[in-house]
Amino acid sequence: MKNILQRDIPQELEGIGVLEPFEGAFTKLKKGWMEEATVPPPNKAKLPHSNKVCDNLREAIIKTQPKNGMTVSFHHHLRAGDSILVESIKILADLGIKDITLASSSLTSAHVGILPYLKDGTITQIYSSGIRGELGKALAEGVLPKPFVIHSHGGRVRAVHTGRINIDLTVLAASASDIEGNATGSHGPSAFGSMGYAAIDSWYAKQVIVVSDNIVDYPCVPQSVSQNYIDYVVKVDSIGDPSKIAGGTTRITKAPMDLQIARLAAQVIEHSGELKDGFSFQVGAGGASLAVAKYIRKTMKRREIKGSFILGGITSYGVDMLNEGLFRSIFDVQSFDAAVSSSLINNPFHIEIPAGLYANPFNCGCMTNKLDVVVLGALEIDTDFNVNVITGSEGYVRGASGGHSDTASGANLTVAVCPSFRGRIPIVKENVHTIVTPGESIDVLVTERGICVNPKRPDLKENLVKSGIIVKDIKDLAKEVEQITGKAKPIENEDRIVGVVEYRDGTIIDVIRQVKQ
Amino acid sequence: MESKKNTFKRRTMLYIPGNNPAMLQQGSVYGADGVLLDLEDAVALNQKDSARILVSHMLKYISYEACEVTVRVNHIDTPFGLDDLKQIVPLQPDAIRLPKVETLDEISRIIKLVEEIEDEHNLPHDKMNIHVMIETALGVQNVYDIAKYSPRIDAISIGGQDLAADMQLVKANDGVGIDYARKQIVMAAKACKIDVFDTVYVDVENEEGLREEAEYIKKLGFTGKAIINPRQIEIVNEVFTPTEQEIRKAVKIVKAFERNKKEGIGVFAVDGKMVDAPVVQRALRVLEMADIELADL
Amino acid sequence: MKLKIKAQAGSFESSDVLIMVEPLADGSGRRVELESIVMQQFGDDLLAQINKDLDVFEISDVRIIVNDKGALPPTISARLETALKRSAGIQSGTLN
Repeated sequence: MKNILQRDIPQELEGIGVLEPFEGAFTKLKKGWMEEATVPPPNKAKLPHSNKVCDNLREAIIKTQPKNGMTVSFHHHLRAGDSILVESIKILADLGIKDITLASSSLTSAHVGILPYLKDGTITQIYSSGIRGELGKALAEGVLPKPFVIHSHGGRVRAVHTGRINIDLTVLAASASDIEGNATGSHGPSAFGSMGYAAIDSWYAKQVIVVSDNIVDYPCVPQSVSQNYIDYVVKVDSIGDPSKIAGGTTRITKAPMDLQIARLAAQVIEHSGELKDGFSFQVGAGGASLAVAKYIRKTMKRREIKGSFILGGITSYGVDMLNEGLFRSIFDVQSFDAAVSSSLINNPFHIEIPAGLYANPFNCGCMTNKLDVVVLGALEIDTDFNVNVITGSEGYVRGASGGHSDTASGANLTVAVCPSFRGRIPIVKENVHTIVTPGESIDVLVTERGICVNPKRPDLKENLVKSGIIVKDIKDLAKEVEQITGKAKPIENEDRIVGVVEYRDGTIIDVIRQVKQ
Repeated sequence: MESKKNTFKRRTMLYIPGNNPAMLQQGSVYGADGVLLDLEDAVALNQKDSARILVSHMLKYISYEACEVTVRVNHIDTPFGLDDLKQIVPLQPDAIRLPKVETLDEISRIIKLVEEIEDEHNLPHDKMNIHVMIETALGVQNVYDIAKYSPRIDAISIGGQDLAADMQLVKANDGVGIDYARKQIVMAAKACKIDVFDTVYVDVENEEGLREEAEYIKKLGFTGKAIINPRQIEIVNEVFTPTEQEIRKAVKIVKAFERNKKEGIGVFAVDGKMVDAPVVQRALRVLEMADIELADL
Repeated sequence: MKLKIKAQAGSFESSDVLIMVEPLADGSGRRVELESIVMQQFGDDLLAQINKDLDVFEISDVRIIVNDKGALPPTISARLETALKRSAGIQSGTLN
């Protein structure tokens, strides 16, 4: 069957079950409730003054009684510095556990070490918001017997509620924990900031292990995850590479192309009608996307505009804007650099939020619904404004859905920023290889060679044109790009579906087929 | 001599190394008013052929859209200059830029060559402009004669690095040594009613220094400035773009002038300050730089 | 054009291409060895363009090694032209 974006979606897929085709960003939400049944969180009991502390991770994992076919989950707040995920999988493999479903909130370059376990049957399925590098290549080449699932940050929370992701064991790294498992990422030698994605795992996993290199006196304050959900606590020497976990501040790019695109995007935002007192703002962590903050900061100062909140993945740049009084508050689901953690712990207006409050579509209102402006990157964008942020030009998985579709659907003004082509590869084109965010959620595209407004937003186009900004038809831009690069031959696929892209409401927006070798 | 009406804004002209395809294909997107595709100093001596061929192919393929396209060729007395002209002139970029011009003899020889090449290709003599660079003490002494030599010369430019070297200046960063030359060159350009461009600012990391220098040379009378890194464009464009306050004031003056003109009054006051013809002229220039048409007022 | 010696032009920089040409004996034909980071998308186009350019220069016996880092068509043509002229010894206005 075809979904509303004309993508072929099978009715059922072995390893996942029945698939529901994507029917529009708000089609399911309009009902006002979620039709799927939710699973109850586990009920547990502990006697007073019993001991949760284990000598090592292996001992703790053995106590959780791992079994074949289990689902193991992790958070990715340690970014590229994490060693806990790979270590846990190694222990499970060593214990002879097979057929594991790995459900990490995302997978980074730190996780390439699980590759052998994809090949030997230890891991047979993956749920994640992002996959990159060697892992993404192997997955696109069909290394796993069951299709992997790419979800959004908000969609992951929904998937845990419905039991699509049914977590048997979660191993949660923290930079500080007490012996009961009250834990945080906001202080300690490996401080990494918010633990926003880990909250749902701590609530729903049948077994919860907190791992920290820093066991503090009881009670640990503040508490990102709290003891009433925690089964075991492990003190380890290291939770990863501190230079990559707690490494410095995120710098704004110096790449001229990214800066130029960011400058244009800031002009678009300034004249969109959304840049006014009390506006809320989110930017992605990518080069051009983050650089928009630099220009918006200037514009806000010049026009003496004060915003309400910054949302999502937070950089030290956002913290600077909070400290300058440009925004009243920060709601932090994920900290992109360690400089953020001191603000998170010291500034009462810098607030850690769980992923559900951030972006889950099925509750009484997530914060992405309150966004005025979001700036997002794109690996590819088509002439209907559909965005690919997951597969690269050769068809390999090399990106992250993350909060892309969540924020895009919620914000009043969603700005996609990307170069019109990279090297010789067209970025703005007639068809994208994989759709992650539907075009209906993208209001305007900003590239170095033109600004294109989604035809569903004539009001926005009018505002921009009135202020002297030149607006191009996206079809003309795509043609112009093709004239420069030539027409790229589409990626050749096998028929076999190796992965699916789940929209935030649980429907399937696209599938990823095996790359022909 | 009549002032040439140039359709391009000329606040910023971005140098692009002629042998760098990545930069050549993206030159027009950074917001510079013009691009200077460089076959001279930015190209290694053993890659001159390569750069010349690359720039030719790029000129035919890439649309530089609203950017003025100028190619800087090598000096005619180097082993590269003649080949540059033979290859580039037939492609008729908006302008060619001639480095290190010192004497009337040089400029006359070069323009003769250019026009011979144009004749060979049945091209007109009045389409492609010529920019002259003054980069030596001798050039500075001769600048007026050079600038007025041909109506095709529609801009002159100071090359600060080479001039400082020619003057044997050891420490040249503060611009003190070339200050006289800057003023001399501006005066020659104004006398010929042509545009005049300042030299590059080499310390790319120093944004404040760049802004100060841009503000200074704007006061001296320069039309714009050569740029060596895209990151410098925004600052210089900003300096050379009138502020809202300047525009408001200019609008007021021009409106008052139009009103008084009808009544036959030549000198009048705006906000308590006397306004006469030169003041009106400056106000008109501000509006021109701000892209405001008189009809729109 | 008569090729005489091995020659090359271009670089390994992004958006550039390194092209090496080597004259071959008459009747050997064209041997194009193509490597490109955009092989899947533009491999056929690249080959066609190189052959077309060789036709223009009337070269039928040559070995060409192409290492492409995503160069646009004008860059491909420019580097090939430069390498061929260097090989034929007819490049001028440059130092060796």
